[in-house]
Amino acid sequence: MTSVTRPKTRPNELEGDTPLVEFRKVSIGFDGNQVLRDISFRVMRGETRIILGPAGVGKSVLMKLANGLMEPDSGDILIFAKSIRNISIPEMYEMRAHVGMVFQESALFDSLNVEENVAYRLNEEMVDPTETHNRVVEALQFVELEKAIAKFPSELSGGMRRRVSIARAIINKPDLILYDSPTGGLDPITSTTIIELVVKQRDVTHTTSLLITHRPQDAFTLATHRYNLEAGHMEKIPDNGIDDSTRFLVLHEGRIVFDGSTLELTHSQDPWIREYLS
Amino acid sequence: MKLLSPEVYAKSVVASVQEYTLLSARAVGNIFSGKRYWADIFTQMDSIGVGSLPIVVLTGFFTGCVLALQAAVSLKEFGAVGMTGRLVALSMVKELGPVLTGLMVSGRNASGMASEIGSMKVSEQIDAMRALGTDPTRKLVTPRLVATVVMLFFLTIISDSCGTAGGALISVFLLRLNGSTFFHTAYMALDHGDVIGGLVKPLFSGFIIATIGCYYGMTTKGGTQGVGRATTQAVVVSSVLIILVDFLVTQLMIGIFGR
Repeated sequence: MTSVTRPKTRPNELEGDTPLVEFRKVSIGFDGNQVLRDISFRVMRGETRIILGPAGVGKSVLMKLANGLMEPDSGDILIFAKSIRNISIPEMYEMRAHVGMVFQESALFDSLNVEENVAYRLNEEMVDPTETHNRVVEALQFVELEKAIAKFPSELSGGMRRRVSIARAIINKPDLILYDSPTGGLDPITSTTIIELVVKQRDVTHTTSLLITHRPQDAFTLATHRYNLEAGHMEKIPDNGIDDSTRFLVLHEGRIVFDGSTLELTHSQDPWIREYLS
Repeated sequence: MKLLSPEVYAKSVVASVQEYTLLSARAVGNIFSGKRYWADIFTQMDSIGVGSLPIVVLTGFFTGCVLALQAAVSLKEFGAVGMTGRLVALSMVKELGPVLTGLMVSGRNASGMASEIGSMKVSEQIDAMRALGTDPTRKLVTPRLVATVVMLFFLTIISDSCGTAGGALISVFLLRLNGSTFFHTAYMALDHGDVIGGLVKPLFSGFIIATIGCYYGMTTKGGTQGVGRATTQAVVVSSVLIILVDFLVTQLMIGIFGR
């Protein structure tokens, strides 16, 4: 009798060297235009993978593929070591229960206030209202926005919306966070506030994450800074240090042109990468 | 504007029909399995049913009034003014009540569903919903489908009643006809088949309004302009389908009841 090995779906059941996200020769196109071609990469547990590239290169599409919101034309995507192609809808929702996602334009529900937006997932899971409220307050304290708990999205600034979106993504302590351009369309000061939250999330909970940005300065802030929990703010890593868990993926014209560490990126001899980073 | 080849156009039409069919099938399937959003169903019932009440009452009432006036003019030539009640009741219950109510609710709610869901689609709220573990078909489409079918059924009954009342009012106060004759001829004219036929139609119309409105909302592309386009298409397509299905159901009812 042959034994059948069931794929492991719970991220905490996975062995340490198993990637949490794996793309295998993934391609996708729309209306005859190829957006992503033969994309292959891996994201290991505890890693923060920054996806850099100019606007319109397919970064957001890649992020939606990673959460099963789109299906690739070819190739395979493994999340928590399980292929998300041809899985059932309940299995897909089971996978998404372990993934938090921050959308490009925040994507908060207009008709719900901040508390209901952040609590959305918990309300869907019928969690006790008192516990839900406590967890919402905790998540909002993390993004320093607890005073806005009763406000509606239309009453918030762009930066505040992103912070609410981050609180909504981390409410159930996910194993993987997908940040789709969290600083897009924000002024430099607000962008730094958002990056600080990402660094805080990375250094406090060590959650694996994928982060899209088209601003190299945001990416390098992430790589060169750490969160000082005692002081309660982000600070530069001493002696020009670099965070080891932060790695880069650079996209250009639908292809990966770089996959490696911060040092490898800054020392890249590729003329396009050098021009892009400058 | 980009011109499409007939082959590409035909394929896109077939793909749209397939997508619409799958969405409708999933929306219906959700009624019988899994989590049910009762709060959303009742909210939609209030919005669609109670919200549409004024236009349905007014449309039904004045249609009955006009029908009585027009019928009296024609029937007078044959010396049959006394049959006005019969004509008003039959027309309202069999045809005008269901169709006009369907068209009114379509204009008000198919557009509302397409624009609301379309706005959510272009602002990535639908994707956010899926990312947060909620099936948008179950949360958004199924409650609207159930609410529209149930409420359109009752709205049609109200429209039929208001139309008959309007016809009676005109007959008594303007045409100086006998009120009891009006209601007697109206009552005697109606057969079981007429009432059943008139009440089956809103079930189909409700299904069309909800599924078409939600389909165009869920497939909205291209920002605010896309939302406007989806809204217009939802009203046009649902209105045409309501009249087309009305014709088919009428044929079916004549086949079953012989009238």
